[in-house]
Amino acid sequence: MITLQCPLPLRDYPNIVMGHGGGGKLSRDLVEHLFAPTFDNALLAPLNDQAVFAMENARLAFTTDSFVVKPIFFPGGTIGDLAINGTVNDLAMSGARPLYLSAGFILEEGFSLDDLTRVVYSMGAAAKRAGVQIVTGDTKVVEAGHGDKIYINTAGIGIVPDDVNISAGNARAGDAIILSGAIGLHGIAILSQREGLRFDSEILSDCAPLHDLVATMLAITRDIHVLRDPTRGGIASALNEIADAGKIGIEIDERAIRVPRDVASACEMLGLDPFYVANEGKLIAFVPNEIAPRVIDAMRAHALGGDAAIIGRAVAAHPGMVVARTSIGATRIVDMMIGEQLPRIC
Amino acid sequence: MQSLDTYRDEARVRAVCDEIARVATREWTLMEVCGGQTHSIMRYGIDQLLPKQIELVHGPGCPVCVTPLEVIDRALAIAARPDVIFTSFGDMLRVPGSTTDLFQIKAKGGDVRIVYSPLDALQVARANPGKQVVFFAVGFETTAPANGMAVFQARREGLKNFSILVSHALVPPAIIALLSDPENRVKGFLAAGHVCAVMGYREYEPLAEKYRVPIVVTGFEPLDIANGILACVRQLEECRAQVENAYPRAVLREGNVAAQKLIAEVYQVCDRKWRGIGEIPASGWRLRDNLREFDAELRFDVGDLRVNESPLCISGLVLQGRKKPNECVAFGKQCTPAKPLGATMVSTEGACAAYYRYARHTFALVG
Repeated sequence: MITLQCPLPLRDYPNIVMGHGGGGKLSRDLVEHLFAPTFDNALLAPLNDQAVFAMENARLAFTTDSFVVKPIFFPGGTIGDLAINGTVNDLAMSGARPLYLSAGFILEEGFSLDDLTRVVYSMGAAAKRAGVQIVTGDTKVVEAGHGDKIYINTAGIGIVPDDVNISAGNARAGDAIILSGAIGLHGIAILSQREGLRFDSEILSDCAPLHDLVATMLAITRDIHVLRDPTRGGIASALNEIADAGKIGIEIDERAIRVPRDVASACEMLGLDPFYVANEGKLIAFVPNEIAPRVIDAMRAHALGGDAAIIGRAVAAHPGMVVARTSIGATRIVDMMIGEQLPRIC
Repeated sequence: MQSLDTYRDEARVRAVCDEIARVATREWTLMEVCGGQTHSIMRYGIDQLLPKQIELVHGPGCPVCVTPLEVIDRALAIAARPDVIFTSFGDMLRVPGSTTDLFQIKAKGGDVRIVYSPLDALQVARANPGKQVVFFAVGFETTAPANGMAVFQARREGLKNFSILVSHALVPPAIIALLSDPENRVKGFLAAGHVCAVMGYREYEPLAEKYRVPIVVTGFEPLDIANGILACVRQLEECRAQVENAYPRAVLREGNVAAQKLIAEVYQVCDRKWRGIGEIPASGWRLRDNLREFDAELRFDVGDLRVNESPLCISGLVLQGRKKPNECVAFGKQCTPAKPLGATMVSTEGACAAYYRYARHTFALVG
């Protein structure tokens, strides 16, 4: 018998709240308690950002992502750049070479054609830069007030080399954890443009396609265990998901994580923790400790990995938990967020 | 930000903690009054660097935590009205009332907006003349001047669609209440630096003298807090009980005189209920009688709401420094930040949330 009840209670929320889209525990709840058990299959089960499967003689990576960012134009990019790079990066995090993308547009009645053109041109340029083709698409229009200018969905496929096997569940105690560069740029660039919060800053989104950086790393070693791009929920959420999936503990050193001064200042002012702020052009890699220095050398030679550094290690202790060494040399937990990060009163 | 790095530097903080260990000859229990300091202590792990003989207990200075449940329910009742745009600082949105929270009101169609300043709420009121715009004015003395300024401006502009739901609490009466408790074991206080930046610290001088307790004005960075603890321990070891300013880069003895003048024009002292603690005489501010047209509680007639708390929750004892969060049987089990039983588990400045988020690896759960 089919019942219209959640398989497991969803943290007592009878309605969707914004936090369900925040990339934290609430988002995770929706996936683990509703989507995954309902759609139940072996390819979905690892809950990676993409599915990898064999077809004929090739291994394919397949992913989809929707883009509802506001504002649609922001310092360092547009919703169109994100729609291409976000999906390219989801593919790249499996080690895949991205090939073809689809683009679905949901447009609000009254949206300016000039702005649509600007978005579409930015998608064209981003696709060219990433070396992918947009080969199919769809357009829908909703009544004014039933959308917010433009929403974009992209799906993508890519080819995964035979000897590459990257998944969050592959993290092993002893792995070195590499972060490709400074954190917090995208999230703060977006926040700086939000209505009611506008502040002057030079912070640009780090939005960029990462597949070429990944290819550079794979040229050094095929033995990369995990790759993640820490988007919504920041590096804290990505590390927690990996600790969970790999049943390992994680130890990081806060002082090894580069937070640009502007980002740090904005976070101080708003009461935000940069570890939870979104990135769109950074990756976290888990690699065997002994090859980490060579991987880092290769990353640093790449335009998108100039600040790559080891930020910590996977350990056998405290599985599922991320513990950070703080700036004063003590320790603290780096937890998963519940919903969205909330600015504090004082 | 260069200066902030200095205040978070391991060598400097360790040097002060080593000095605390050298100075302290016996056990001392100190209370940091402010939730922002509690957050800093757990976030950086300052307690891990202190000698065993120094115990920190956490005070009632988290504005989200001490806001009574019925005030939250009043906010929810107002926010659910179709004619209202309800504005608030972000961390009040997740605080559960007796049946719902502001996030769910928003999800069901309520117009709830996060603002970063009460003056932004005023801007929302100007831009939406057909709606009633309410700002949730929660906080200690720190946020009172800006909230007062919003009311002040609204009156000057003749804005008829703006009001604030006031829940202001005052620190000195809370310290008196703690010190008057026969079970009090706090021997010294770290006063909240930002409260003192507004109010100065003259009003603490009679308290230090009457109750023979050192009160040290303390900042929020790890080095500030370590310095505040050191000053407090030195006084205790030397049998002194004075008000001392360990945060001179932000605080003057007189405080911010212009802000105090505005506060006096906008607010008057009232009795106030503290969540988990109860009524403390003369421990809050409400709008002055000539400004009560801007009081949302009257405008929307929600003053009579009364509710009960979860019987499991010991947040009152936590807020008075009589229990540590991890001594609660519900901590980390029935009560987590995802499903809080009391406000101390909700706010990032709440002691229970700070213990859970940053330090649950350092102790075992009880019960």
